Amino acid sequence: MNLGDVWQNEGRCGEVSFRAFMEVVVRRNFLLVVPVAVLVLAACGSSNGGGSTTASSAASTPSASTDPCAASSLATVTSGTLTVGTDKPAYPPYFVDDTPSNGKGFESAVAYAVAEKLGFTKDQVTWSVVPFNNSYAPGKKNFDFDINQISITPERAAVVDFSDGYYTVNQAVVALNSSKIAGAKTLADLQGAKLGAQVGTTSLLYIQNDIKPSAQPSVYNDTVGAEAALKSGQIDGLVVDLPTAYYITAAELDNSKIVGQFPAVDGPEAEQFGMLFQKGNPLVACVNKALADLTSSGQLKQIQDQWLAGVDAPYFAS
Amino acid sequence: MSALTSDVGSPYVDPERRDLMRRKARRDALVASVSLIACVVVAVVLIARSPGWPTVQDLFFNGEAFKKSFPEVLSAFWLNVRIFLVAEPCILILALIVALTRGSTAPILFPLRAVATLYTDIFRGIPTILLVLLLGFGVPALNSDFITNEPLVWGTVALILSYGAYVSEVFRAGIESVHPSQRAAARSLGLSATQTSRYVVLPQAIRRVIPPLLNDFISLQKDTALVSVIGPIEALRQAQIDSSFTFNFTPYVVAACLFIALTVPMTRFADYLNRRAADQRGHG
Repeated sequence: MNLGDVWQNEGRCGEVSFRAFMEVVVRRNFLLVVPVAVLVLAACGSSNGGGSTTASSAASTPSASTDPCAASSLATVTSGTLTVGTDKPAYPPYFVDDTPSNGKGFESAVAYAVAEKLGFTKDQVTWSVVPFNNSYAPGKKNFDFDINQISITPERAAVVDFSDGYYTVNQAVVALNSSKIAGAKTLADLQGAKLGAQVGTTSLLYIQNDIKPSAQPSVYNDTVGAEAALKSGQIDGLVVDLPTAYYITAAELDNSKIVGQFPAVDGPEAEQFGMLFQKGNPLVACVNKALADLTSSGQLKQIQDQWLAGVDAPYFAS
Repeated sequence: MSALTSDVGSPYVDPERRDLMRRKARRDALVASVSLIACVVVAVVLIARSPGWPTVQDLFFNGEAFKKSFPEVLSAFWLNVRIFLVAEPCILILALIVALTRGSTAPILFPLRAVATLYTDIFRGIPTILLVLLLGFGVPALNSDFITNEPLVWGTVALILSYGAYVSEVFRAGIESVHPSQRAAARSLGLSATQTSRYVVLPQAIRRVIPPLLNDFISLQKDTALVSVIGPIEALRQAQIDSSFTFNFTPYVVAACLFIALTVPMTRFADYLNRRAADQRGHG
């Protein structure tokens, strides 16, 4: 029994641990503590294989004869209830009064419409507070899906599952009327400006990849901080998605305007908001079916017209 | 282990006792090693055996993500270092002034003493992040033409004010720990109050409080991350940005490694100074 045996048997965790113990203690090879610990870790780590997280919460198999998307056979976190997650505070025009359960606001309305298609009544929908960073954290999720203006990207889709897009979003620039970029008409006009965005948003990515200003952008935890910076002149313009820009200029900031929205992108490269699910959650298929129904019946467009009316702005020339 | 080293001038130790000490040392080493190995094995088995370990490894210790976000987080880390280098001397100066003001006895300086006391009380009571937000957003909101709006400036000022309060108390403790006989002897030699402070009390006081001061500076190095809430992109913020795009937490581990790389040399240096100070004082 020697270290060579330990090396060869690296596939068996318990045996490796035992032999490691004997090797190091009985033969008093104290110098081997660290390499042996690494071997044990490799042996025991690899014995689990490359398994992915199992959607253990949604693992129940529906009976073969019934529709897998019927409300009674859906495997939700709490049976009989649909748990929807969103951040707090929940901003307009996506939610109203920071109360997702009132059904007002674009995303709240979409969530309730999807729930209705899945067979849940309004009372059977509960909302839970899920800060953005927590929504993609590993481990079992305590919501069925999260609706929080999350853009679908391939990198993110490797870690979580997204529904189909429910809104095609475009980015826009908000500035005070007195700002030096208030009259900007092209992307080049924005390059000399100090811009700001909220962390974790594709707005920030847009600044870095498309506008490429000479000054580093300022990044804020939320739009509150960003608006404060805009008001005091610390930033010349704020990049946010168009509905948020519309709400900021209409209701929150005086003497501000939407300078313009960025050139629209069509097809698969268009940025879309999607609902976030745990990886492997079978609920995604049912929600996608519900979204398809809502789109074809025109109900989704109706919700959009109701809550995002008048959301428009001139386009920047690129 | 220093009891075993035989440097020149150490006391004579009976050979039999020396053997006994050596055997005990070896036994202690064996028990310590066994205990260490057992703990390591138990920890490794527990962690590696949990069903989520591959996921945790992929999301927190992902080599690909580490390599990808390292350059960006490193260049953002430079901002932390700059904030730290600027704030440190300002904190020292402010804290010394406040400590000396509080220690003064002249009755005419009473308003200054009151202000200094109020300053330490208030700024030790307000959480640093709150101070950063208040100054970073509040002062520029005044829209004054004479005051700069730069968030970096006001964030650093907030750090200086907050840490100045703590460090001034450290200085005050150091000054008060110098034995009153030192001051009495200095005065009786004809030195004025200011000269006593400058040549007798302060050198001793500062030498005594260097270890706790280094402690506060190590803490400051980490708190430079708070400046990110008012806009500037520093290491932690850059890690957050990278993480939110890939939904991977490895960039945070990158930032943590960088912070550790900065603070560990300082902690070892602080330990060294502590040991040296203890040696000079004759181990209490």
